[in-house]
Amino acid sequence: MSEPRTCLVVDDSRVMRKVALRIVEQLNFEGVEACDGLEALTYCRAAMPDAILLDWGMPVMDGLEFLRQLRKEPGGQKPVVVFCTAETNPAKIRTALDFGANEYIMKPFDGDIIASKFEEVGLI
Amino acid sequence: MTSDDLAYVAELVRHHAGVVLKGDKAFFIETRLGPVARREKAPGVSALVDQVRRNPAPDLVKALVEATLMQETGFFRDRAVFRTLKQSVMPQLSSRREGRGLRILSAGCATGQETYSVAMLAADLFPASAVEIIGVDFAPRSLEKAKAGLYTHFEVQRGLPIRRLLAHFEPVDDNWRVASSLRQAVKWGEFNLLGDMRPLGVFDLILCRNVLHSLTPEAASRLLDMLDNALAPDGVLVIGAREEAILSPAFSAGDADGVWMRNPAFQREAVLV
Repeated sequence: MSEPRTCLVVDDSRVMRKVALRIVEQLNFEGVEACDGLEALTYCRAAMPDAILLDWGMPVMDGLEFLRQLRKEPGGQKPVVVFCTAETNPAKIRTALDFGANEYIMKPFDGDIIASKFEEVGLI
Repeated sequence: MTSDDLAYVAELVRHHAGVVLKGDKAFFIETRLGPVARREKAPGVSALVDQVRRNPAPDLVKALVEATLMQETGFFRDRAVFRTLKQSVMPQLSSRREGRGLRILSAGCATGQETYSVAMLAADLFPASAVEIIGVDFAPRSLEKAKAGLYTHFEVQRGLPIRRLLAHFEPVDDNWRVASSLRQAVKWGEFNLLGDMRPLGVFDLILCRNVLHSLTPEAASRLLDMLDNALAPDGVLVIGAREEAILSPAFSAGDADGVWMRNPAFQREAVLV
C-alpha cells in the first residue's frame, strides 16, 4: 500500500478543523491541522502536504498571505490549495485564485461539497 | 399514508408520467408530498391524497406527480460526459454543420442544471448565435426555477468549478443567479416526454439522462423511438451514465458512458432514404 496522502486543515476555529478533518479522513486523507497561516507555513516547510484546506480570516497570518508565501517556498507549488471560507465576494474569490488557489469553497459546506471540489481538482 | 394511498399515487405517476415507482417508496413519497399538502392547506398527506381521489383536478394531480418525481440533479453531473461533449462531440457536430447553428435538447431538464451546464460548454466553444439550447420538462415548478436561474449556495458548490461560478453567476443575497447572457442562451418549454415531440423539431444533440430507466417498458420504448426521430441523422444521444437502455443497432457507444452516436451504417441508410 502506498503512503496515505495528507491534507492540512488550516482554520482558527477548533470546531471547524474537527469537522473538516473528519470529512477529509473519510476521503482517505491523513488529516493534519494548523490554527493559523504561520503554523501552517511551519508545517509545510517540514513536509509539504498533498492538499490544503485553507480558511481566509485568521489571526497571526491570514490565508491569503500564507498562500502567497507558500507558493514561493521550494516545493510550494505542489500542494493543491482549496480555500474554505465564509468570504463570498466574487472580487475576493478572484484574488484568491490569482494568488494560486486551485479551488474555492464557501462556508457553510458539507462532505458532498468537499468531495465535489476535491474531485474537481483531481485529488480524488 | 395507507397502502391504498400509496397505490393510488403510484398509479397516478404511472399514468401521467409513465414512471414505475420501484421498491419501498412509502417514506420517500410521504416526505415529498408533505410540502404539497401544506401548500394546499390539507391537514396531512393522506388528506391530500383523499382530496385528489375525490376531485382529481389536473393542476393538483400534476403537482402531486411532480413532487413525487423530483429528481436529484446537479451541474456537470457525471464529469466524463461533459468532458466528452466539450472535447469531441460538440466541436465535431459543429464542424459538420458548416455555419448552421447546433440545436441541443435537454429533455427532462428538471431545475435546469444540466441545461445550463451544456450552455456553459457552448459558450466556451461557439458564439452565442451558433447554438440553440432548449430545456424541457413536464414539471412547471422545476421549470420556473430553471428560468429564474437562481440556485442555492449548496447547489452551486456541487459540480460547478469556482471559475465557472465566477464567469457565469452573480451573487444575489445568499444565492447565486445565472448571468443574463447565459440565461438568454437557453429556451425553456413545459413538455411531457410521453407527448408528441415532433413540434420541437430536429436536434443535433439530445440529453435525456436518468429518465428512461424509471419508465414502464412501453413508455421507454415509445420515448426512445421519439428521441430517435428527433435526432439528426448524425446526431448524438446522451442517456444516464449508469443507465441500461436497449438502444437500437442504429446507435453505437461513444467515448463516455451514456454517450451514444448514430452508427455509420445507419447514417448511410438515412442519406439513401
